[in-house]
Amino acid sequence: MILRLLIFSAALALSTSLLATEIGEKMPDCSLIKVNDAQHFKLQKTHDKVLYVDFWASWCPPCAQSFPFMNELNRDFKAKGLQVIAINMDQSLEDTKTFLTKYPANFTVMTDINEQCAKSFDLKAMPSSYLVDRNGVIRYTHLGFRTDDTKEIRALIEQLIAEQP
Amino acid sequence: MRITQQKLLIALLTICLSFSGCTTVAPWQRGTLAKPQMAPDPHPVRNTYQTHIYNSREATTGMSSAGGGGCGCN
Repeated sequence: MILRLLIFSAALALSTSLLATEIGEKMPDCSLIKVNDAQHFKLQKTHDKVLYVDFWASWCPPCAQSFPFMNELNRDFKAKGLQVIAINMDQSLEDTKTFLTKYPANFTVMTDINEQCAKSFDLKAMPSSYLVDRNGVIRYTHLGFRTDDTKEIRALIEQLIAEQP
Repeated sequence: MRITQQKLLIALLTICLSFSGCTTVAPWQRGTLAKPQMAPDPHPVRNTYQTHIYNSREATTGMSSAGGGGCGCN
């Protein structure tokens, strides 16, 4: 009996770890809603764009630090083929709007109302960011935000933009 | 022997019941936990200062560090 329980627990633990979205895996598709106009948006691979997907919340201080960086990415790489998608995980839309007044975003901000997107990506921390190439493969993941890592991210974006699908 | 088994069963049941109150909070659900008033020490600077003063005044007790001479200058 104890052995069966141990095997069951091990299988459960293994299945949980296999759900994690990691580098080299396909980005999971999910449905989102745009914060500014409440339009539905389907997050999926696009052959003409490299995606920078960032999960954030208004209560998370490093998320606020990442906004100027994402604005820079949008300014410098949008024309070259990068789409910055910030997915908000707040439980209150009011908190989101107050945050966006304080930290304006010139990129697309979505909300994941039913938390399905966060579950599909199996988020481990806030903020979490993912770089997705034109084939829909996750090429880079980042937990938290550190200004020291921005050069590396920019270099990788340039590399992914240069790649052909 | 029977009593020992019963005790073991009760102990196991108690442990299982106590664990049923635990839950995993997903990283994106920690908005409430992230509020300043939810911190174990919501006023760290003020509390450090107060502890320092307390230890200085109550030098003989030496609560959390070595006591001083009462001047609060160490």
